[in-house]
Amino acid sequence: MTGSSVAADQVRAGGGVQPPAPARRRRRGIGWAQRLEIAALSGPAILMFLGFVIFPVLMAGYYGFYKWKGFGRPTNFVGLDNYRTILQDTSFHEALLHNGLIVVLSLVLQGPIALALALLLNRRMRGRSIIRVLIFVPYVIAEVIVGTSWSLLLQTNGAVNGVLRSIGLDGLTQDWLANPKLAIWSLMLILTWKYIGFAVILFLAGMQNIPEELSEAAAVDGASYWQTQRRITLPLLGPTIRIWAFLSIIGALQLFDLVYIIWGQYVASTAGTSTMATYMVTEGRNAGNYGYGNAVAVVLFAISMIIALLYQRFVLRRDTQGALTEGR
Amino acid sequence: MPGSKRDSVIVYAAALTLIGFMLGPVLYIITGGFRTNSQITIDPAGLPDPWEFGNYTDVLTGDVFWRQVGNSAIVAIATTVGVVVLGVMASYVLARYRFRGRAAMYALFAAGLMFPATVAITPLYILVKNLGLVNTLPGVILPQIAFGLPTTIIILVPFLQAIPKEIEEAAAIDRCSRLGFFWRMVLPLSVPGLITTGILAFIGSWNSYLLPLFILNDQDTFTLPLGVQAFASQYSVDTAKVLAFTSLSMIPALIFFSLFERRIVGGLTGAVKG
Repeated sequence: MTGSSVAADQVRAGGGVQPPAPARRRRRGIGWAQRLEIAALSGPAILMFLGFVIFPVLMAGYYGFYKWKGFGRPTNFVGLDNYRTILQDTSFHEALLHNGLIVVLSLVLQGPIALALALLLNRRMRGRSIIRVLIFVPYVIAEVIVGTSWSLLLQTNGAVNGVLRSIGLDGLTQDWLANPKLAIWSLMLILTWKYIGFAVILFLAGMQNIPEELSEAAAVDGASYWQTQRRITLPLLGPTIRIWAFLSIIGALQLFDLVYIIWGQYVASTAGTSTMATYMVTEGRNAGNYGYGNAVAVVLFAISMIIALLYQRFVLRRDTQGALTEGR
Repeated sequence: MPGSKRDSVIVYAAALTLIGFMLGPVLYIITGGFRTNSQITIDPAGLPDPWEFGNYTDVLTGDVFWRQVGNSAIVAIATTVGVVVLGVMASYVLARYRFRGRAAMYALFAAGLMFPATVAITPLYILVKNLGLVNTLPGVILPQIAFGLPTTIIILVPFLQAIPKEIEEAAAIDRCSRLGFFWRMVLPLSVPGLITTGILAFIGSWNSYLLPLFILNDQDTFTLPLGVQAFASQYSVDTAKVLAFTSLSMIPALIFFSLFERRIVGGLTGAVKG
């Protein structure tokens, strides 16, 4: 009792006589406490992220070297055999080709349409805000629901052919989903319907960041509406368009849900809509070849990664200097 | 020229076509649920005549639909809470502490933004299986929290950085610790950002298909998207009932969206600026 009070007195006295010492002690104390705070606050998120995102991706690299049915430990090491099979499999080539088509078609179809719609909705008009909400509705609806509904709409005796027949265009009725010449276009229609709202909202948000003074000044100088859009809005919207294109490319490369729901695991390849991800699931999990499925995942990851890095290096560099790599 | 009469006619015609195209399929599903199968077969694109309510009441009185709504709600709510709580804690560190490794930590999460769960799904399934969580809801919730963190952190960090330094200094003068500052000032001030990220996490989880497809094989644990697909293949001849089931299962996400539509759109605006 006495001892502790004496010690306390000494500390107090020390603190009074020599201010620098406790200050240093306090700073060191905060540094230690701060480190604890940093660990306690960010630890759970980092652990979750490492455990459920990074670790699986690394494990895919490991499993990919094995022929493995998913039970017990993988023991049958086959080296690069899985990768050789993937690169030689014509179904994978087709899937890759479809992914490439979907990437390009998404950009050239959705980009201009979304821009036109954003320009339309950026004007002062009655009902603008309700249209903005409605255009976003398909984006909020689950892929499963979109897939189920569209396959009902597009089947041979579905509503689309029904409408065509009722307005006397029987000649235009088609097997929209099974005809290999048409199926990829049906898929593009559905993808556009589902994701165009996202692009429009992004573009509208970008347009709102463009100062109105610019178009006012252009109007004073006698520029027409179209000249203003072409010379002012479009260039200033560049960064937004490039970010959207990036998200669209990554999404198209990894497309799975809609294809798998509408075309299932077997018909996607004959209809010409299979993607790398549906190939991964059918040949990997559904066939029970987990080693092979993991190797496909690695290939898919590598392709997405290379394209993402190239895009960042050559296209996004000017816009987001460091935005994706630094905390500013 | 904008504002001329001919022009505005064109604009409104385009807008109407657009609305028709966007809403047509949705209306088809909803009205189709009020028809009988023979009505649908005879005229696939027609309106209900007479209106048939049996499909909807069948789905609503059965326990399959409600069990799946319950599963989806548990998964979505747990995911949302997990993502927002872990996300705001990590974002606070990234936004307001200076320490070595901060840039690396941010880069780690930002890299996760580029890769949705698709590429990791096969090994993720094996991991969940080894944890003994297959056919359980936590087996879906935990990975979903991890995959939701990047978006949340990328949106929240600029948000938390925008809180003025002066408030933090004032709090320090009032002998408020940094944790106290986090609890008493940062959390209340960042509620709008938390709501935006929470909504994105909720809708993402509510709609998610690939992960539940791998993890949940037992009908009792199915979430709504799996349920819709199972229902559609089980009753593939009963189109009207499938349409009723489908339209009922999109209602929750639509209600949620209409409640928070401004926040979602606002949040995206912020993400573009950042």
